[in-house]
Order: sequence, then structure tokens, then C-alpha cells
Amino acid sequence: MDLSTNYLGLKLRTPLVPSASNLSEDIGNVKRMEDAGASAVVLHSLFEEQFLVEERELNKALDQGAESYAEALSYFPEPKEFHLGTDEYLKYIAKAKAAVKIPIIASLNGTSVGSWVKHARKIQQAGADALELNIYYIPTDPNITSSQVDQTYLDILKAVKAEVTIPVAVKLSPYFSNLANMAVRLDQAGADGLVLFNRFYQPDVDLEALEVKPNVLLSSAQARRLPLRWIAILYSKVKADFAATSGIHNAQDVIKMLMVGAKVAMVCSVLYKQGIDQIRVIEQELRAWLVEHEYESIQQLQGSLSQKNCPHPSEFERAHYMRAIHNFKAA
Amino acid sequence: MATKKFITIDGNEAVAYVAYRCNEVIAIYPITPSSNMGEWCDQWASEEIPNLWGSIPSVTEMQSEAGAAGAVHGALQSGALTCTFTASQGLFLKIPNMYKIAGELTPTVFHITARTVSSHALSIFGDHSDVMSARATGFALFSSASVQEAMDFALIAQAATLEARVPFLHYFDGFRTSHEVSKIEMVTEDIIRAMINEEQVVAFRQRAMNPDQPVLRGTAQNPDVFFQAREACNPFYDRCAAITQKAMDKFAGLTGRAYKIYQYEGAPDAERVIVLMGSGGETAHETVAFLNQDGAKTGIVKVRLYRPFDMRAFMESLPATVKSIAVLDRTKEPGSAGEPLYLDVVATLHEGLANGWGKLRTMPKVLAGRYGLASKEFTPAMVKAVFDNLAAATPKNHFTVGINDDVTGASLAYDPEFSTEPSNVVRAMFYGLGSDGTVGANKNSIKIIGENTPNYAQGYFVYDSKKAGAVTVSHLRFGPNAIRSTYLVSKANFVACHQPVFLERYDMLEPLIQGGTFLLNTANSKDEVWNKLPQLFQERLIQKKAKFYVIDAVKVARETGMGGRINTIMQTCFFALSGVLPREEAIEQIKYTIKKTYGKKGEEIVRKNIAAVDQTLANLIEVPVTATVTSQVEMPPVFATAPEDIRKTLGVIYGNLGETLPVSAFLADGTFPTATAQYEKRNLAIDIPVWDEKTCIQCGKCVVICPHATIRMKIYDAKSLEGAPATFKSCDARSPEFKGLKFSLQVAPEDCTGCVLCVEVCPAKNKSAANLKAINMQPQAPLRAAERENWDFFLKLPEFDRRKIKVGQLRQQQIMQPLFEFSGACAGCGETPYLKLLTQLFGDRMVVGNATGCSSIYGGNLPTTPWTVDNHGRGPTWNNSLFEDNAEFVLGFRLSIDKQKQFACELVQKLAPQLGDDLAGGLVTGSEARDEAGIHDQRERVAALRQKLQGNTSSEARMLLGVASSLVRRSVWAVGGDGWAYDIGYGGLDHVLASGKDVNLIVLDTEVYSNTGGQMSKSTPRGAVAKFAAGGKPLGKKDLGLIAMSYGNVYVASLAMGAKDEHTLKALTEAESYPGVSLVICYSHCIAHGIEIDRGLGAKQQKLAVETGQWLLYRYDPRRTEVGENPLQLDSAAAKLKVQDYLLSENRFKMLTKSKPEDAKRYFELAQHDADTRWQLYSYLAARKLPGAPAASAAPKA
Repeated sequence: MDLSTNYLGLKLRTPLVPSASNLSEDIGNVKRMEDAGASAVVLHSLFEEQFLVEERELNKALDQGAESYAEALSYFPEPKEFHLGTDEYLKYIAKAKAAVKIPIIASLNGTSVGSWVKHARKIQQAGADALELNIYYIPTDPNITSSQVDQTYLDILKAVKAEVTIPVAVKLSPYFSNLANMAVRLDQAGADGLVLFNRFYQPDVDLEALEVKPNVLLSSAQARRLPLRWIAILYSKVKADFAATSGIHNAQDVIKMLMVGAKVAMVCSVLYKQGIDQIRVIEQELRAWLVEHEYESIQQLQGSLSQKNCPHPSEFERAHYMRAIHNFKAA
Repeated sequence: MATKKFITIDGNEAVAYVAYRCNEVIAIYPITPSSNMGEWCDQWASEEIPNLWGSIPSVTEMQSEAGAAGAVHGALQSGALTCTFTASQGLFLKIPNMYKIAGELTPTVFHITARTVSSHALSIFGDHSDVMSARATGFALFSSASVQEAMDFALIAQAATLEARVPFLHYFDGFRTSHEVSKIEMVTEDIIRAMINEEQVVAFRQRAMNPDQPVLRGTAQNPDVFFQAREACNPFYDRCAAITQKAMDKFAGLTGRAYKIYQYEGAPDAERVIVLMGSGGETAHETVAFLNQDGAKTGIVKVRLYRPFDMRAFMESLPATVKSIAVLDRTKEPGSAGEPLYLDVVATLHEGLANGWGKLRTMPKVLAGRYGLASKEFTPAMVKAVFDNLAAATPKNHFTVGINDDVTGASLAYDPEFSTEPSNVVRAMFYGLGSDGTVGANKNSIKIIGENTPNYAQGYFVYDSKKAGAVTVSHLRFGPNAIRSTYLVSKANFVACHQPVFLERYDMLEPLIQGGTFLLNTANSKDEVWNKLPQLFQERLIQKKAKFYVIDAVKVARETGMGGRINTIMQTCFFALSGVLPREEAIEQIKYTIKKTYGKKGEEIVRKNIAAVDQTLANLIEVPVTATVTSQVEMPPVFATAPEDIRKTLGVIYGNLGETLPVSAFLADGTFPTATAQYEKRNLAIDIPVWDEKTCIQCGKCVVICPHATIRMKIYDAKSLEGAPATFKSCDARSPEFKGLKFSLQVAPEDCTGCVLCVEVCPAKNKSAANLKAINMQPQAPLRAAERENWDFFLKLPEFDRRKIKVGQLRQQQIMQPLFEFSGACAGCGETPYLKLLTQLFGDRMVVGNATGCSSIYGGNLPTTPWTVDNHGRGPTWNNSLFEDNAEFVLGFRLSIDKQKQFACELVQKLAPQLGDDLAGGLVTGSEARDEAGIHDQRERVAALRQKLQGNTSSEARMLLGVASSLVRRSVWAVGGDGWAYDIGYGGLDHVLASGKDVNLIVLDTEVYSNTGGQMSKSTPRGAVAKFAAGGKPLGKKDLGLIAMSYGNVYVASLAMGAKDEHTLKALTEAESYPGVSLVICYSHCIAHGIEIDRGLGAKQQKLAVETGQWLLYRYDPRRTEVGENPLQLDSAAAKLKVQDYLLSENRFKMLTKSKPEDAKRYFELAQHDADTRWQLYSYLAARKLPGAPAASAAPKA
């Protein structure tokens, strides 16, 4: 059975790719992912804030109280060099590359055009096979128009593309006025892949502390419906490859994503819940399903249920909604 | 001679550079101003920089200077080239070993930043008092006078000691030389190599202790031979001076810099000569050159080698024409026939003339003088006064110069206007805040000019002793010739005021020369600013025909993302206005330096700084100076509300005019009043907390955590509100016990530092807007006047009767008046809340001994003290003995007080028939009272006793009156940090722990030597980056509490107020009540932890430390064993977070992940293991069921 797929110009053994998470911060985990059958790994993200906050904190710590009081003109020895998060990340890419044979996709996460995009070049130099650009942007300023938001995405992508020759995938949120238009424009701006979707972690409220608290909820199966629909719609409308992410927990989820047009299916929550070895189980089930259903290869089914190729294209549009609510019966 | 290489460097780094390369073992201990030398060595070792022979020196921090000296002695005896650095009391602690090292003829160099020693007061500043106390040790005493000489002499001393076998003490003036940044010619490694004779190194090793050729040293000797054996070293001392001169000559051949052990400078036919050593020699040299231009016949002898004193060479240095000599000593030896250098010179002249040495044939007039104690300015005007005195018909002998001694009349008058400053030297002064980066920028400017122009450059920096809102004054000189002016700039071409608030405080334009330039950072526009200047500034600008420029640096900083750092902006202005470099070139160099300085710290900071440079020039504006004074603004008086005697002394010091105070302004025994910080009103806070009485739950948490006692609460009767200011806030007291009474929370607007700790710990949230609490920060300026009035009203509200307060409940206890307020500690300090709480509980009866350190500086550095008094005038009485002896010092208090109490009781019993049995009996039993009511009653009995004894002239009555106050129990506290308790004072502390006496030891544990700039102590946790642990501390924290518990009869508690304030309250109350030794170890967050303490994060860190198990809360109360209970109570829960969560939240640990990531990972894992095993051990100890033990005894009954 041929499980191979092409994503961002990379020939991958299977469509199973762990998405960016702190699981990949440990090189042992990256090895375990390869051993379990991952065909590539998206590394944890290097954040725009990391450069800025880290620099600011470090400088504040070194400067605080310095040159103020005769007995203590400083409070810390100043090392000759600092391995800032960036340096560590770059080293980590090299380390990961040395540790495994599968492609390493680095992840750069930010929301504005700034000097941080220059790190894309360093990421390439460090040996990354591709770059996933995660634009995790939550516009809260009512004065910013949707077209300005769109433009920010495009500008960041262009700035990053100008720095590198390795393929760049953009990880997106679903919150655009016209996602299809956005996808096309990103495609035109040079995106080699679109990763759908960023799952924004929604905050929660702590009633006792009267505080808003960050709260990571692992994805539920329901989460996969959104990327499934949009990959299906966008399939064949753009040149960029699609990676499906969110709510992919088993082989059937993977197959569905591939059928609507994804080149790869990214897994994360399931690895937290059931361990990295679950990749092996998913692959076994995937293989079994394909054999049982007499498929010859993954590529054979990719896009087979996309909006373009499915029997009722309107199922991905408003008609689906109308039918769904019409047929819904309260339990 | 090799090509000259210049470097801009300070004296400490210059010396450390040579010492590091010439040695294999370096034993260190921090003490100002020498600490930096050890820090440099530790840092270089962590960077794996090799010494001259390609090996990385072993750098080891010891527990004290005495320990360092012992380690040096051992290392030398076993054959490693070894050195150390120290100053002042540190040198004292080394003296016993120095006798040994010299007695065994062991070559080494001790590098000393000469600093005064504690007498009537401590001072960190420079003079030769310490060095002079070491003159009998047998060490050669070798003095350098400038940064250049400090580097050169470090090497010459090393070369000479190896040949002479006499150990060398190389000293240079603390701060003036150690901290002066100067452009000097570098001593290269090639020169060092050429100076060090390797055969002598090999010979040194061959003399070392070695089991292959065993020897016996350090014997005990009897009267039969000790004397002869002691004299056997004489030939080595006889040769030492010649060897030193030979080394100097060789050095001259290599570098072109020629030195003499007694170097004469001046007219070859001089009649008047000054003899002195150290940096003052440079100023005297400059003055002599100036005076001789006009035909004066003056000269100086710079004494370089003070021990062994080569009489012949000294005589040969003097011209034949000398008629009078003034010998200036930078030390004081009370009661002596004269200070040491004077006595040596007199003896030398006497003997030299008798032997016909040198050119002089008749005995000149010889005068003795003292100058420059504790870095007191020594200026050309003072040098001239000394020469004038020599020429006087009836000169003063044993004079002082530089002060006004209006008590004994010993001081020489001098003309402060006399100046020798050359016109080709640019002189600039900068007034800044420590936090605005002024000094750092000036250091960069010196480097830019020093390293990019042929000009010489010099920078010297004056700091005040506050840690929050510290004022810095930078003194910079640039000129075409080497700069000898080792005194502050007194005639400035350029004066910059980086903080507009200084206009209210300092007469900054007094030193400005005619036609000079004044630069002001101000938010006022070009049109507004002139009339906003105080009258005095307008007058001076007009009178001096000065140029006046302004810039809104804060605005530029804000717009370019620099936050509060205006340093780069003001530096750019200086270069633009001073013309030291062509403007374009200067800008280019500033940008280059920015990249060099900040490059490793990230691109963003570089970008912001460069943006700031680019924005500056467009915002730099010249303001026309009008012809007449138009301002109505007057500089406000300082210490406006203080009593006259305080205003005229401490107020003058606060106003930066302490130099003007005469000797008579001071009590001769170093005594000062307490309760003086209240007069400062420093107005440091941009924002202050504002109370929302409707949201407040009156818990007292904000009050207890406030490091500066600037937020307080009171309970009072409603009728006290009569006459309250319109904006004074009050509400009903919530506590059931206070039903019907009123409650107020009030902020001292002009004393608050704006640290936000109070807001951070406030648990009450506004029900309509959760971002608001019961206290919220608001801009101070618009609130200042009204809140000042409210604060004054609040202070006048009656204090609640202490006897009616439930001390165990924080919400009640916090209404007690703090007797520790408005200290100069860092904004958000983690130490001071504990001290303040102590004073609330016991302040009216506290006797405090304070180990040297942060707490002794914010507690007792002039001009003010935060220790204050209550409405009865009672309050803590405070003293600082030394760093190392605080526990013993305080034990002395207890012994003394107990003895006096015992004597008083004996006298009361003797006088019982006259006093009445009730009063006498009450006085004796009441002397044991520890509770508020008991103490109150006893005070009344003592008052009755005094009344009864009035007019009684019997010896018993007079004696009893003298000790009557000891009948009220005193609360004795030793205050200090971990440097004291874990390291240097540990031996004494341990002895006091074992004493069983009723003393309380509070350790403000910042886990580092905070006051001297963050050096590692044995309390420093594993993995923390600190000075002397640049590569992260590899070993875990010493468990002082566990050691103390092993005695069984010591009350021990481990506290973290930010984690559990009620626990702190309980433990301090228990500790004080325990009738034996109590040791309380208090987690004190600190600026040296790399957390933003000025943003109120300290309490959060304390909580995190406890939640991760990094810090335990417990109390060990021996009294519990008396009722069959386990004495140890573990008061914190098992960790719910990983230690790493805490470590990564503090830059002291996080830094290691940036500098040595692999080590960080390993240390962090070990730190978790430390926490896990500590928890296991303490859980086990606290859970043990103890057999019915006999009562642990505290102090044996007297």
C-alpha cells in the first residue's frame, strides 16, 4: 500500500505529521515521533514575542539597579554571549535534523511585520526543510478594517518569503470575511501550503479569583469539521498544498481530511492523550482501512470528496446548513 | 619597545587584568571597593580565559577575608602562584595570615583598594587607614596613584615579589583610582611575560611543601630562639627596595614609563616640598607644575614603596635646597606623635642627615598634615594651602586640610576658587538618576573619545546612598595630555541635568564656567521652560553668559521604545553640543558603541537605541537666555518641617552641601538622632496607590507588605474626624471588635516609591470592574497636595491602644504604628517589610544590632535613618558594629541588659522599704513581662520608681535611676543578611545559637550579597547566576535552619511574607516570646534576583517559591516538646508546581539557560531533586512522634 504523499514539495512516507506543540521541544520526543512513523515533524513555535520579551527581560534584569549605587554598580556578571531563544531554537533545528531522517518543518509564530521575520533566514540556514508560518492574530482594535488584517497576513508572508528559499506554509485562522479570497491571495503571495486551521485557545473565567485565565483545551472530534469543510471548498482553487489540523484523532479522521483534499493530516491532541506511539496505531488503521476498501494509494483518494469532486457540492455550502437544521430532532 | 596600545578602563579592571594573568589560584571575598577585581577574575575564569602560562586560574570565593587569607596562605605554601583582593575591614581580617605569609618569605601580591576603616562610622570610601594598619605585617607596601600606575604597579609588584620573596601589598585609592575610568596605555601580555622571571617561579615552587621533599614550617618556638629566628629575614628586606627599583627600571625599558620608589617632581631647587602617597600625589603634581610656572619653588615626593622604607633612597630623592617639608597622611592615628608617614620621614631625615645620605645637609622644617579621609576631596587649592602653610612664619603643625575644624582649629584655610584646570581640557558634569542610565552612557562616551581620538579621557562617578531614586553625578574630562586631576570637576564647560526634578534640589550651575553650556531634559517647551527655571538658575545662566539647551528626552525615549532609558539620547546631545568630536563622527561612534554594547543582547534593543540617536538632534533646541531674571520659582527648602538642629546638619547633607559642615556640627562619638527619614519627601513615585474604601475588606495585606511604610491603616473614634480635610477618606471599621469605630487607609504621597507591591497583594476586587482593586495606582502629581494634607491629618489621628489589639490577627495587628519608615531601600524591597513588622510589634522596646549590608545602609547611611519613634518618643535604638560579629555584638547587648536588670532588681529589693513592697515586688516580677499590657504596667511602675527616687542622693538610688529603664524588658534583635549569617558571621552566629540567651536573630535572606552587587553566598540556591558564580552556582543552598534546629533549644522559623503573611506574623511573635535564642530566616526577594521588583513582583515570587517547594515555611518551637509535641511544624503544603516554574521566572536562574544551557538543564534537574529531598526530610521530621522528652532548657537561670 502506497501511503506516500507530497507536501510542500517534500515527498513524505505517510500523510501523518505531528503539528507544532511543546511535545517537540524534547529531542527524544522527535525521535519517538519518527520511530512511531511520523513522516515529518513540525517543531514547536519560535514566537515573535520571544525575541522581544526575552530581550526586554534580559536587558531589564541586567540594567535594573545598575550604575546607581557605589557598592553595587551591577547585580549580575555579564556573560560574553547570550544564547537567546532564537539561538537555542536554531541549534535545536540542527539537533533535530541530526537526530532524525524525516523532514523537519520549523514554525515561526508572529503577528506583525518586524525584524523578527529575519529569523526565517536563520531557520533555513539551520537546516529546516520547510517553514510553517503561524500568524496567530486576534485583531481587537475596532478601527482596523478586515482588508488591513488581510494585508498584514500578506505582508508577513511576503517578508518571510523574501528571506528564504525553502517552502513556506501559512497556518491560518478561519476568521476572514472571505476565506476563499484570502487563500487565493496567500497562494499568489507565494504560500506553498495552507495549514487549516489555527485553533485559538479561548480564555476562561475564574469565578473565585475574578480573573481571566488561559486554558488549553485539547481538541475534540468536533473541531475537525471546520478544516474539513474549508479544505474541501478550497481544494483545486489554489496551488498551495493543504495540511489539515484540528480534531484529527484516528485513521478515519485522516482519511476524511485526505478525501476532501489535504496532503497531510496533522495530529497533536491525540498524542498528548494517548502518547506518541498512537501515530503507529493510526497508520496501521489507515493501512487496514485502505486495504479493506481496496484503495491502492493515498494519492488515489486525495481530493475525492472535495467540493469539486463530491456528488453534491452544495453540501459544503448553505444548503448543508439548511438541511442539517431541518433534519435535526431533539433527543 | 612595542607599539603603544591604549585602553579605557577603571583601576579595578586594570589591576585584575594583570593579577589574573600572573596567578594560578585566586581566593576572593566581596568588599567594596575591591569586589570588582574578584568579579572580573571569576568572569574571565568562567569564560575560560587562560593566564600567562595557558592555564585557567582557579578562582574561589571564601566565607570571609580571613578565610581568603588562609586559603591564599595554603595555596602559596603548596606552590601555586596566588593572589587576593580586598580593602578596609577585609584587610584587617587578613592581617594574622599576612604575618605568617611574610614570616615564611612567600612571594604574593595582595591588591588593595585602600579604604577607610570603621570607627565612629562606616565608610566605603578611600584613604590609607586600612593599609597603615598592615604596615607591621612584613608585607612590602607599594602604592600606585592612578589607573595607569595601578596596572603598571600590579605587574612591577608581581615581578619584585618573586625576586625579593617579600610579599607585596599593592594598594591604590578606593574609588578615586579603583573606580575612575581612564584612558591608559595597556600592559600587554608580552610585557607581562618579559617582566616575570620564570626561574623565580620555579624556585618558588621548589620551596613549596611537597611530601617528596618534606619540610616543617609553622613551628612553635621558645624564648631561646624565636628572636634570632625572627631576625633572619632581614637581608631579604634590605634587598627589597633595590629589587623593586630594578623591576621599575626594567619596566621602563619595556614601556617607556619610568618610575622611582620615591619620585621627586617639581623645581630642582625647590624649597617647599610635600611628601605623600596615593592618588593625591597626582593632584599635588599638577599643582606644583602650575605654581612653579609662576616662579614658585615647590616640589613633591611621591612615596611608592612605603615598606620596606628605604631611607637612603628617600633622602636621595630630595633636592639640596629643601627648607620645609609637609608630610601628608591620608589616615588618622588618634593620640599618636604624628601619622605614620610623617614619623617615618622625620626618622629618615634625622638618620639620613646624620649619615650624609642624599644632597640635603640641614634639617628642614617638617610639618605633619592629614587630608582626604574617606575620599574627602583633595584639590589643588588644598595643595596650595599646604605650601602656603609651609611658607608661613608660624605654620600650623599636625594640621588638617580639606575640612573646617572649628573645634581644635587644626584645619588650614584654602581658597576654593583656586584652580589649576588646564584650559585645553573639556570638563563636563552630568546629573542623572541611577535608573536613567546616565553613568553607563558616560562610560561609553569616555570609551568613544578615549579609543577614537588622540585625547585622554577620565570619568569619575559620584553616587548617593539611596537604592531607590539614587542620584548620580558624573565628572568627565577630555584633553590632549594625560589627566592628573584626581579631584571632582569644579569648573565645568558643560553641565547636563538629566532629570528636571533636580532643579528643585541642586545648584547645578555653580561649577559652570563663563560661556559654558547647560543642557536640560524637560517636558516643557522652548517657550515655557525659561520661566519654569528657579530664579537661581536664571541668575547663574545670565551671569555666566551661558548657552542653554533643552530636549524632551522622555518623549524621544517613549517614541523610540526606550522606556525610561534616556541615556543614549542625552549622550547624543552631549556630543552634539560639546564639540569633543565632529558631530557626524560622534554619531557614527555612538551607533557603533550601541551595536558593540547591546548587540549580544538582541537586535531589537540595538534598533531602538539607534532610533533614539536619530531622533535626538531634531529635538535638541537652544533656548535664548534673557537679559533679566523673570522667574518666580524658588528652590523649595529641604527638611522644611525638621527641627532646626536636624535641618542644619542632616538637612544640609541631604541638600548635597555636607562638605560645608564644620567639625562642630557633629557629635564626637558618632551619635545621631533617629526618626529623620520623614523629612526627606523624595517624591519618587510617578504613580501612587489610591484607596477605594468601598471595595476594601480591611485585611491589612497592603499595609504589611509595603516596604516603605507609606501605606498605613488606623482605627479611631468618629469624633476624631473633626476638621478632616475634604478629601480624607474614612469608613466604618469592619472587624466586630471595632464595631462603631472608623477605619482609614492612607498613603504618604511624597514618601511612596510607587513599587506597586500593595496593589499586587490586594485580594479585594471591584465588583463592577475586576481590573480595579481596593487600591489602584494613579498619577501622583495631581494628588500630591491633597494627599499630603490627608497624610498629615492621618498622622495626627490617635494611635489605637496597643493593649486592645489582637496581635495574632493581621487585620488588627496592622494598625500598630511602624517605627521603620521611608527607607532608601530599593523600591519594592523584600527585606524591609519584615523589619517594619518587627517594629510594629516590638519597636518601642527594640535594641537592634545590624550587620553591615543592605540593611545597615538603608538603615543607617547618612543623612537619614528610617528607624523612628512613637508618640512617646520611644523606638528602636540601632547600631552597626561590623559585618562579621553581629550575633556576638547583639549577645553583648543581652548580657549587658540582663546584668543591668539583675542589678536593678537587686537595688529595688534593697530599697524596698523606701519604695513600698507592692511597687518593689511589682517592679521585680514586671521585669519579665513581655506582653503589651504587662509592659505598659511596668513602664508605669518605673515612672513611679523614678518619682519616688527623686531627691534621693544615696548611692543605691542614683545607681538604680541609672539602670531603672532596664526593668522594662527589652527586645534584642540581630538584623543581617545571608552574607552575615551563612558566611562571614556564621562562626559567631553558631556560638550565639548555642548560648541559650534571649536574643533574636533575623536573617533577611536574599540568597546573595545584595549590598555589594550580588555575589554568591552559601545561601545562594543551585543554578543561580551570581557574581563569583558566573557559571551558575553548582552546589545547593546551605540549610541554616536545619543546622540551628540540631541544637534542640533554638526557636527556628522559615518565613516568606509574600507567600503567607499571617505565618510571618505568628512566627515573629513566637520568636520574640521564646526565652532563648530565636533564628528567623526570611525569604527576601531582591533586585539581584533579576525580577522586576519595582513593579511589585516580589510577593508573587515568594508565593511561587513556596508553591514549588523551593522555599519551605516552618516553625520549630522547642516549647512544644514540653507538652510532648513535635517541635517542628511544617507550614507549607507539598509542592503543587515544579521548581522549574519558579526558576524560569527569575532571571538569576533563567540567565544560565542563555549563557550555559547544558549546565542550566543539569542544575535545574538537581534543584528539583533538592526540593524533593528537602520536602521528604522535613515531612519526616515534622511527622515524628517524639517520646516524652524532658523540657528543652533555654537560658540557664541567672
